[in-house]
Amino acid sequence: MGEEHDHDHHHGHGHGDHAGSHISAMDLRVRALESLLVEKGYVDPAALDRLVETYEKKIGPRNGARVVAKAWSDARFRRWLLDDASEAIASLGFIGRQGEEMVALENTPRVHNMVVCTLCSCYPWPILGLPPVWYKSAPYRSRAVIDPRGVLRDFGVALADDVEIRVWDSTAEIRYMVLPERPPGTQGWSEEQLAALVTRDCLIGTGFPKAPV
Amino acid sequence: MNTVHDLGGAQNFGPVIPEADEPPFHHDWERRAFALTLAMGSTRQWNLDQSRSARESMPPAEYLSSTYYEIWLAGMTKLMVERGLMDVAEVASGRMQSSGKPVEVLSPDRVSAVLSSRRATRREPVTEARFAVGDPVRTRNIHPPTHTRLPRYCRDKRGIVERVHGVHVFPDSNATGRGEDPRWLYAVRFEARDLWGADTTAGAVYVDCFEPYLEAA
Repeated sequence: MGEEHDHDHHHGHGHGDHAGSHISAMDLRVRALESLLVEKGYVDPAALDRLVETYEKKIGPRNGARVVAKAWSDARFRRWLLDDASEAIASLGFIGRQGEEMVALENTPRVHNMVVCTLCSCYPWPILGLPPVWYKSAPYRSRAVIDPRGVLRDFGVALADDVEIRVWDSTAEIRYMVLPERPPGTQGWSEEQLAALVTRDCLIGTGFPKAPV
Repeated sequence: MNTVHDLGGAQNFGPVIPEADEPPFHHDWERRAFALTLAMGSTRQWNLDQSRSARESMPPAEYLSSTYYEIWLAGMTKLMVERGLMDVAEVASGRMQSSGKPVEVLSPDRVSAVLSSRRATRREPVTEARFAVGDPVRTRNIHPPTHTRLPRYCRDKRGIVERVHGVHVFPDSNATGRGEDPRWLYAVRFEARDLWGADTTAGAVYVDCFEPYLEAA
């Protein structure tokens, strides 16, 4: 009976939320803050909706996958990406906040690159969207710069001992992306087919592209 | 400021736990916290470096026990109170006590323009770069009590300039209201053994260092 009472109580405040979900203290707190800021004339809720929609629906890792697939398919684009990633990526229409200055890091059979922000959560939004929780978390931010092989193990990834791991700490406004090696067995594949092999993690350097099937 | 946001090399935080098919937001309040932070940022009552500085100034135990967007909310609230945009009683009660100050409100039709900024921190050079690619450098042994972007793990360390990124707004100055003071920015390569001795699995760590962080080695 107590549980039912609780459920009813929370449900009563749950306008607009899906049925049965509880409204947490944080939901209430942030709603109150938003109402206050609207009332004081600082924010327009319609602009908030548009900001959320942009990063929830429009910008995500498929942008980065297109960049990588094009670099794998087009030698001139690959050279441009490695020489001037900001312009090369902008040519595909991926520009803006948290990706204003881009650098692409080339993986080779001897070198594996990994990107971190030890001080906060800097991440290339225009090509990857918002960062996953693990990227912003203390375990990753603390360990990537000292024990990247241990981090890779957490992702189920192993690298040969003779591969040099280079870790890039994004301490300024330069945003880094890893250009992974093109998987073998993909000769003649279209950019669309290649893009389907590119994961978010392989652009951060915590994973590899999917194997072709 | 030497505090817990500067996590590089800390140990005992446990494994990295990836989440399969992770959504951009896990709760509705995270959506709103994210959007409120960007919308308030666009009113230009503070800059990006002040925003980072405000988050880092959270008490250490609180910082480590807060989620990402809780830290964002705390930073934004602190800045709004400091700027006189709202007062602590309003934060506590959620009720308006006095009318707001005039600010340039982000309208829906400006959202895509605001998000399409390019090279926002790059400035025209007015001095020659002191260092070139391949130059040996040493990071300074500095411990400012205010915002800096030189992590503790790479202070007083030798490295090699790998890239010259041009001239950018200097966060240490911009965060403390002393203006943009643009400086040359370099990617510096540190051999991992110079940072950690034998206790590392990295080959090298690259850190973007502003010129005032560096001296010739």
